[in-house]
Order: sequence, then structure tokens, then C-alpha cells
Amino acid sequence: MSGPSRDVWVYVEHMKGAVAPHTYELLGRGRNLAQTLGGRLVAVLLGHRAVDMARTLGVADLVLRVEHEQLGAFTPDAHARTVAALAARTRPYLMLCGATSAGIDLASLLSALLQIPMVANVRAVQVEDGRVVATSQLCGGKLLCDVEVPAGAVLTVLAGAYPAEAGASTREPPVETAAPPDLLNQIRVRVERLLEPAAGDVDITRMPILVAVGRGIQRKENLPLAEEIAGLLGGAVCASRPVIDQGWLPLSRQVGKSGMTVKPSLYLALGISGAPEHLEGMRNAALIVAVNTDPAAPIFNVAHYGIVADMFEIIPALTARLKMKKAA
Amino acid sequence: MRIAVVLTMVPDLVEELEIDASGKALDTQWLHYVLSETDDHALEQALLLKDRHGAHVSVFALDYGDADQTLFTALAKGADEALKITPLPEGVLGRREAAAIFADVLRAHPADLILTGVQAINDLDGHLAGLLGGLLNLPFVGVTRSVEATGEGGIIVQKEYPGGAAAEISVPLPAVIGVISAPQPPRYVPVARIREAMKTRSIDTVAASGAAAQPVPTILRMYKPQAAGQATMITGAPEHVARELAAILESRGLLR
Amino acid sequence: MTPVRETFWNIPHWAELAQYLLGFLAVVILAAGISRRVQRWRLGRGESLAGTLLDRVRAVVLYALAQLRIITDYLSGVMHLAVFWGMVVLFLGTVLATVDWDVSRLFWDVQFLRGRVYLFYELLLDVFGALVVVGLAIALWRRYLRPTRRLASETIAAFRWHDAYLLGILLLIVATGFLVEGLRLSANPPPWRPWSPVGSALAEVFRGSSPATLRAAHLSLWAIHALLAFIFIASIPFTKAFHLISSPLNIFFRDFSPLGALRPAVPTGTASLRDFTWKQLLEMDACTWCGRCQDVCPAYAAGQPLNPKRLMMKLDAALLRSGGGHGNPGEGGTLHGSIVSAPELWACTACGACAEACPVFIRQPQIIVDLRRHLVSQGMMDGMLQAALMNLTRYGNSLGQSERARARWTQALGFPVKDARREPVEFLWFTGDYAAYDSRVQEITRAAAGTFRAAGVDFGLLFEGERNAGNDVRRVGEEGLFEMLAERNRQALGQARFRHIVTTDPHTYHALKVDYGLVQATGDGNAPHVLHYSELLDRLVAQGRLPARRRLDLTVTYHDPCYLGRYAGVYEPPRRVLRALGVRLVEMPRNRGGSFCCGAGGGRIWMEDVPSTEERPAEQRVREAAALPGVSVLVVACPKDLVMFRDAVKTTGLEGRLAVRDLAELVAEAVAAEEASHAA
Repeated sequence: MSGPSRDVWVYVEHMKGAVAPHTYELLGRGRNLAQTLGGRLVAVLLGHRAVDMARTLGVADLVLRVEHEQLGAFTPDAHARTVAALAARTRPYLMLCGATSAGIDLASLLSALLQIPMVANVRAVQVEDGRVVATSQLCGGKLLCDVEVPAGAVLTVLAGAYPAEAGASTREPPVETAAPPDLLNQIRVRVERLLEPAAGDVDITRMPILVAVGRGIQRKENLPLAEEIAGLLGGAVCASRPVIDQGWLPLSRQVGKSGMTVKPSLYLALGISGAPEHLEGMRNAALIVAVNTDPAAPIFNVAHYGIVADMFEIIPALTARLKMKKAA
Repeated sequence: MRIAVVLTMVPDLVEELEIDASGKALDTQWLHYVLSETDDHALEQALLLKDRHGAHVSVFALDYGDADQTLFTALAKGADEALKITPLPEGVLGRREAAAIFADVLRAHPADLILTGVQAINDLDGHLAGLLGGLLNLPFVGVTRSVEATGEGGIIVQKEYPGGAAAEISVPLPAVIGVISAPQPPRYVPVARIREAMKTRSIDTVAASGAAAQPVPTILRMYKPQAAGQATMITGAPEHVARELAAILESRGLLR
Repeated sequence: MTPVRETFWNIPHWAELAQYLLGFLAVVILAAGISRRVQRWRLGRGESLAGTLLDRVRAVVLYALAQLRIITDYLSGVMHLAVFWGMVVLFLGTVLATVDWDVSRLFWDVQFLRGRVYLFYELLLDVFGALVVVGLAIALWRRYLRPTRRLASETIAAFRWHDAYLLGILLLIVATGFLVEGLRLSANPPPWRPWSPVGSALAEVFRGSSPATLRAAHLSLWAIHALLAFIFIASIPFTKAFHLISSPLNIFFRDFSPLGALRPAVPTGTASLRDFTWKQLLEMDACTWCGRCQDVCPAYAAGQPLNPKRLMMKLDAALLRSGGGHGNPGEGGTLHGSIVSAPELWACTACGACAEACPVFIRQPQIIVDLRRHLVSQGMMDGMLQAALMNLTRYGNSLGQSERARARWTQALGFPVKDARREPVEFLWFTGDYAAYDSRVQEITRAAAGTFRAAGVDFGLLFEGERNAGNDVRRVGEEGLFEMLAERNRQALGQARFRHIVTTDPHTYHALKVDYGLVQATGDGNAPHVLHYSELLDRLVAQGRLPARRRLDLTVTYHDPCYLGRYAGVYEPPRRVLRALGVRLVEMPRNRGGSFCCGAGGGRIWMEDVPSTEERPAEQRVREAAALPGVSVLVVACPKDLVMFRDAVKTTGLEGRLAVRDLAELVAEAVAAEEASHAA
């Protein structure tokens, strides 16, 4: 077996026939890294009847594709062991996966199977002085860590770290089909079915204006305050995970890593601290206004306008002003 | 069914995090440790399976960060045995190293189902659940929000995807499952019961074998993020703020 | 002819015998019924009670005989005293008559009911008999015609007919008694009949009838009267009439420990009747469903699931269903879910108003805490409470903030604060969680610190050594956590050097005094060991050490905190301080022991909101304050009151009309004003 190549591999994540948006982010970044390293950018596409998706991966120098029934729906074992089998032949210099439900399972399993190093929660990766340096985000975003990434490592990269546009291309890439490894026939882990989320009353990904509430709302009984403002603005109420976990709003209203990603014209964040998982879901909103009593709240790093105040003082004042404007 | 729950102590974020003099690690002087939140859910998932099917639950933890308290709490909640792994190698343990140590111990204490939290706040060089699955060469699924026994020697898990979607996956046992949340929040155990456990139960110790050195990423520096502070702050009395904000929204055409 | 009692006039011998037989039977049934009731009490655990025999006899005299707690409601008091004392006199009259006829006459051929004694006897019985009728008339009017809310509402099926039965049978007994007397006096009028005014009046009514008719009617009514009396006696253990025995008994066994004192816990709390103590089971039987507790309960007033009266009734009904040793549900089976519900138990604010109001000295809060202890052992609580308890366990405060940050509020003071762990201080200041960590309250804590300094008070803090004192943790039912917090605090207190303790928070005050037992005087007799800051300010004012001589031109009202007022009896010191500031003090309609709780106690400030059909307690209370003419400020002396009332002022839209200010704030303002005018 030869030493590692200078190739950068990107794992293509897909669900129900569509490539996940953040894969394009990885491809865009991977293109840049591969160029600097002097290797190829390889998109690894595992699936079942997934040939159409390969066409959208034009940024890559090569699409490495494996077709098998077991690869249709994602299971960590099937996909990781297949990638491991592929990587065993031509060791890539670097592998990029999304820091997603599928990505972190895949990368962790790969790391152990191939005995390769791993860096998780990466929000920036670049080549410095001939070595790959990744910045990992830890402790709920309170800590950053720059690490030197050894050759042959796998990284999980946070969604939104890089622009997806850099991964778009109209070019059709060359596709190499590799034979599925035998082990796939012995894997007994099976996806039985996909569960759709309960039909929510409102599709927050379509609302132009969102009023978001976090822990600062304190009690379920205070939600009508947010709902009133949302109504006056012609929008809907959404929430961060803690509010959803309490059961005060349905899952369909959750914004963040495990919830929806939204891009409204206005995102009014009330009492939301700005944990990374939440920011992931809304950082690309056109106008972000945040209200929080803590001046050091991370939400102010992504907000366009910030108000350090008690939301229970601001909400009534804002509601009154909006009503006045409506009446005028 | 024999269930092993792997617990990790992580820095308690209630305290301010400080970087030590080397600039590459956390200052441990004021560092308190707390059980990783998803591990608490993993334990709860194990106890739910015990409630329902009479499973035997063993909990494992490395000996640092007041692991005793956590292990006794687990016993008080209903775990059948608690094992503390000691002594540990010098220095801060990465996830890869921890996984190797746990894998060794788990091979000596085989279980049908290994549960652990899927993401910890100090996951720099990997996520424990997947690493265990690979090292033990067992079927693995992570980021699950429920685990149920099928009654035919297997389990069905729900793997969580964004937006509330999930995949129902059947997994043969033995297996490693990573838990992001249990179907119900971790149960409350009264302090009296924890104290009773500290008096009447005991924690077994298990020797840590020499873990094979892994190629690990070298930490170049550790630091706190700059408050980018890019937001334009609106200050003043609530009425003033409301007026300013309404004006901004109006100028953007956001008020109908 | 000497006036003498004509016992058994017109009564044939067989009837006389039958009467004695039936009487005996009634007493046997009475005894058996009482025995069954006692057996049920003995299902409970043991309990040792504080208090001397003299205390107990005194309590019975004051509260069972003079009924001092009943007469707080004037009309009710008149009614109950009339009925009670009337029946007592009538009963004693019958006893005397029996002794007179069947003992002294039989054995010694002497009758003492003769002459003047007899005349007085007759008068007394008629007057008190009439009193009973008046009392019953008032009772019937209050219960059915007016009707009085606390009586009419919230009854349970098992007890529905008891009230009507009791009032009805007593009325019939007295009425038939008068009729019998009237018939006798009509048929056989003695010259001394004016000494029976009611009887004589009735006799006039029957005047026209023939002697035979009169005698027949007399015998019938006499029989009915006797029968009713025996039915009543026999029914005592099986109806509400049992409170004649259980209520005075419960007053006799009254707990003399402080109102807020709690018994240590049974490991898994109270789940079945057997887990209660015999005293608590007696309390259930002693309850007369008068509803005074319901009237003062803040949870009930807010339309929440808790009603202390209903709770006692349900428990008593369960107790009565149990068979004293047989496997009935409610005795070995669990009360939770079937008789009492978790929302009902969690709605309690542990304010103590119910126990304070109870005429028979039931301690409802102790019962609720015992039941809550079981909920805690099962982990049956909402997520917010669970989080608060876990924060208290890990960080020693309910807000989930670092222990090291407890004294951060001192950083903005501008002067150093002594560390009582390192150097001796006169006053150890135990601030409590909210005063130290809540940004809204920290301002006031700083104001108090400034005031102490200006008055030359030598004070210090425990800094990170202080933990939540555990008052509300205990009332939530997490006894183990309370013990752990108490241990840590005791350790810290043991290592610090101080003469007295001063607290900001009345809850801390109560915990230190009652739960930790730090009540003892220091030996010199004049200084209590633990002070609330209002008591300290009062002392400073009295000693002339508070340079607050500028009068604040405000009209205020004052809210007595539950744990300072009702539970600790500290009413005057805050008022004296206010008067010294020169404000005009208008009392709340519900003040002192009758103060209406803000709703934060009993751990409720840590819990999710209970579904309420009415406005929450804090909102009702601020409206009560705002309704007082001229009052612009509601003065509080507790951090939780401050937080609750300020929020309530916002949600009721009373901003601008009513300001909520802490006593320490006002004092600091007066002190500052003095200094400012000095500088000018």
C-alpha cells in the first residue's frame, strides 16, 4: 500500500435523492484545499440509483461512486465500511464530512476502522506552511482550538462554515464506479422506514418574518407576548431547542442544528443566547435583531442590531409602537 | 439484556473557562466537571430499558473529575453496578485515547448493548460512540432519540435528522448505540437516595490497560473566541429602543 | 308546695324502662363507633408532641370552650357558641335530672332539684334551649339562605348530607323538647311555670285542647324526643357530629412547636394513610369543613387545583372508608393519583395561612409536605423544579450560577466587605440566593450594605461558604437535599466567628431559626440570635444610629411577608422603621397574620405555572394595594416579594400607579438624602 496521496475527499451526504446543501460547502472548501495541497478533489458518493446526483458535483475532479441497495438509506456501518474499503486502496490526505447526524457517525467510525486521526466541530480549515490547520469549536462555542491535522485525517465540518456557492458548478465531473465491498451483503443494520416530522401548522422556513424565543421567555405563559408581535409583523413564532424540549412549542418551530434552517427577511431573537447549534439554523437571515440581558451573549456576534435589555420591557414597548403605526 | 453505559465527565460551563499558561489547555484550577448531558440521556435510556425489560445496567467512567459522585448517582437511579477505570495516563485525555481505554475494558466486560452520549462538549478528536463501535467492531448507530428492544434479540432505534425527521433502523445485538436524547428527560433521584447509595453501595475499580498510542492532532493553541461584536447596539429606554427599531424595520420595508 | 321536678309525668313505666334500654343501646353504639374511629387513628405512625399538660388544658379552654378562633368571624362565632353552650347546658340538665331521679332519690331518697334550685334550673334550661334554636336558625340561614361561600362550595359526595343532618336533628330535638314541655305545662300547669318562659308560652298555644289529647300528644312527642336524642347520640361517631369529640381532642393534642416547624421525613414520604401519624389522622377527623382555610388560601383564590378544605375532606373520606386493619385502598394502597393529585399538591405556596386560620389547629402544610415528599421520591415533578433542585444540589443555589459568584454583588459597592470566615464580625449577613444572584435584587442588597455601613454596623459575609438555607427545599419535600445544604451551612457557620446573624430573606430567616434551631437567645436575654434586616434597621433607628432624619414624603402600604410575619411574628419592626422614615403608612386590608401570599413560596417560584382560572396571587395582591386611596408605593421586605410584585405590576398594567420598593431601598434613600443635604 502506498503512502497517502495529496487528495482531498468529500463525503457526499444526501437524503431522498437530493444532495445536502452543506456538501457543497465542503466541496467549495475542499476545492481550495486540494489545489493548495496539489491533489485532487474527490467526491465520494454512496447510494442506490444515485447517478443523477453525481452531475451536480462538478467542482470535484472525480466522483467516486458505489452503488448498492444497502447504501440507499444511510446507516453508519454500511457507509463507513464502504468508505473505509475505498480509502484503504488510495489513502486520501484529508477527508471532509459534515458535522451532521450522518457525518459524525460516519467520521467517528471511519477514524476507528482505519486508525486515522479525527478532528470534530471544525469551523475553519486551511493550509499553513504546508500543514493542514483546523480550528475546532468546543464547549458550546466558548472555546476554540487550533490543531495541526496529521496526514490521512478525517474532519467533521460545521454547517455554515463556508459558502455553498463555492461548491456549485455546471460542469459534469468524471465518475468512477467502484465495486461494492462484499461486507455490504453481511451487514444486518437496516433502515426500516423514514419518519416524517409531524405536520406543523406553520412552515417556518417559508415565513418572511420570524420572532424567535429562547430560554429568556421563562414561562409558557409568556408566549402570547411573542405571538402578538409576530402577528403585528405578519410573521410566526419559532424557538431554540430549550423551549421546544419543554414542550411549549412543537418540533416544527425549532430552529437550529437539529431543527430547521431558516433565512427570513427578519429574525427577531428574544432571550436567545446564541449557542452554536442555534446559530447554525438562522445565521443567514437577512436582518437579525437580538434582545438579551447579557451583553456577552454570542447571538450579538451574528446579529445586525443588538439590544441589551430585559425582553419583558422591550416587547410591550415594541408592541405598542407597532400598534400605533398600524393605526396611523 | 446486559447494558453497558459509558459516561464521560466534561468541564462545567457554569464556571468561567480559563486557558492555562501554556496557551494550549484549560486551566484546571477552577475547573469543575459535570456529567456530559447526552450521557445522562444515555443512562436514562438504559434505565428505561431496565424498567421495561429487566435489563442489567453497568455504568463505566474514567477516574477523574469527581466521577464517584456521578457513579453513585447512577446507582441511586437504578444502575446495577458501577465501575471506575483507574489509573489513567498522564495529561489530558483525548476522546481517541479514552475510547481505546473503554474498548479494552468493555472487551473484558461484554455487554449486549453499549450506550453512550453521542456528543460531548469536549469532543476535539472524535466522538466516543462511533469510535467505540469501530474499535469493538460492533454494529453502530449514533444520534438516536429512542432505543427499543424487539423481543427477538435485536433493537430498533430512531436516528434523529434535522427538522424532527428520523430514520427507524433495526440493529442486531451486540451493538454500540450513541444517544442524543432519551424518550423522556433524565429522571430525578432524591439526594437522600444518592447519599444512601454512597453509604450502602460500592464502586468497583477496573484497571486501565496501556492504550495504544494513536496519531492525534497536535494542539497549536487554545483560546476564547473574540466577541466579534458586529452588532450595532441600540440603547436607551424601552420606548426609545422601540421607536428606533420600528424606524429601522420601516426603512427596510418590513412593516406592512 | 315546693317546686320539684316531675320527672316522667305521664310516662308509663314500660316507656321509662324502654327509654333506659334504648339509652343504653345508644351509648353502646356510641362507644363502639368511637372505638372504630380510634382504631383508625392508630393506623398511623407515632408522633411525639411538644407542649405541657398545662398548655393543653389552656388550649382546650381557649379554643374549644371559648372558641376564640371561631369568633373571628362574628356571626359564625355567635351561632356556634349559642349552639354549643346551649346543647352543653341542656345535656348537663338531663344528666342532673337523671342523677336527681335515679340516683339521689333512689338511694338516699333525696332530690336536690327542688325549691329555688329547681326554679333556676328550669329557667336556665329554657333560656339556653332558646339560644340553641337561635343559633341553629343563624346556622341554617348562613348555610342555605345567604349562602356563605366557604360553606356552600366544594363539598364531596360522601359528606353531602352531614351538615343538614346535624342541624336538622338538633333542631328537632330541641323543638320536640320544648313541645313536650309546653304540652306538660298545658295539661298539668304548676304555679311556678313562669320560670319556664318558652314552655309556658307554648302551653298557651295548646290551651284549648282536651286533657286526653294533651296527654296523648305529650307521650308521643316525648317518645319522639327520646328517640331522636338516642339516634343523635348513637350517630355521633358516624356523622359530622363526631367533631364534638375529635375537634376538642385535636385541640388538646395541638402541636405547640412553631407554626412552620416540620417533622423529619419518612424515607419515601407519605403515600398511604398508614404513612401519616396518628395525630394527622385525628386532624382529618377533627376537620369540620368550615372552609376558613379555603378562604385564605392564595392558590385557591387564583383558581388553582388546590383547596385545603377539600384536601382534608378527601383524606377524611378515605380514612373513613378504611376498616382499621383490613386491606382497603387508602390504608395500604396509595393516595396519590386516586385521592390526591400532583398538581393539587404542587400548587401550595406553604404560606401557612390555612393553619393559622384553622379553628381546630390542623396543620395542613405539614400534610401537604408529607405528601410532596413522596412525589419527590418518585421524581414526579415538572422540569423547571427538577432543574432548580439539581442546581441547588450542584451549585448550592437555585439559579444555576457558580458558587464563586455568590458575593460578586459586592464588587460594585466601592468598599470592601469583611469575610466572616477569616475575621470576627458582629453580624454575619446571610444574604440568600435571590439577594445575591438576581440582578434585580442586587441593587437592593447593595443599598442595604451601604446603609449598614453608614450606621457603623460591623458585618461580614460567608462569601462562597454560603448555600441556600433550604427553607423552600424542605417545603418542596426534598428532605435529603435540605439536610445536605444544612450540613454545609452549619459547617460554614461553625467555622465563622460572629455574634448575630442577619438575613435579607425571610425564608432564610425562618430556616435558620426554625429548621436549624438557631432560636436560642445569646444568654444576655436581649438579643435574638437571628435577625431579619428589618429588625436590625429597627434597632439601629432606636439606637439613633441611622442618620435618616429626612422625611420621605410618600404614602405607602406594607406587605407582611409570610415567613417574617405569620410564621415568625415580626410585624412591628418594619412598621417602626417606616414610621421613622416619615412615610404615611396605610395598612393593607389583609395585613399582619392575615397577609396574602405573593405566590412564590413552597418552591412555586421554581415551578412551571399552574393552570389558574383567576388572576395569580401576586396580581391580586398588587390590585389590593393599588385600591388604597393615595398609596403610591407597595413596600416589601423580601426579595421574592419584590420580584413577584414588580412582575405583577407589569402584567396588571399598574405601572405608573404603584411602585414596588424594598424597605432597604427606602431607608437608603432617606440616608442618602441626608448626606446630599449635608453636602449642599
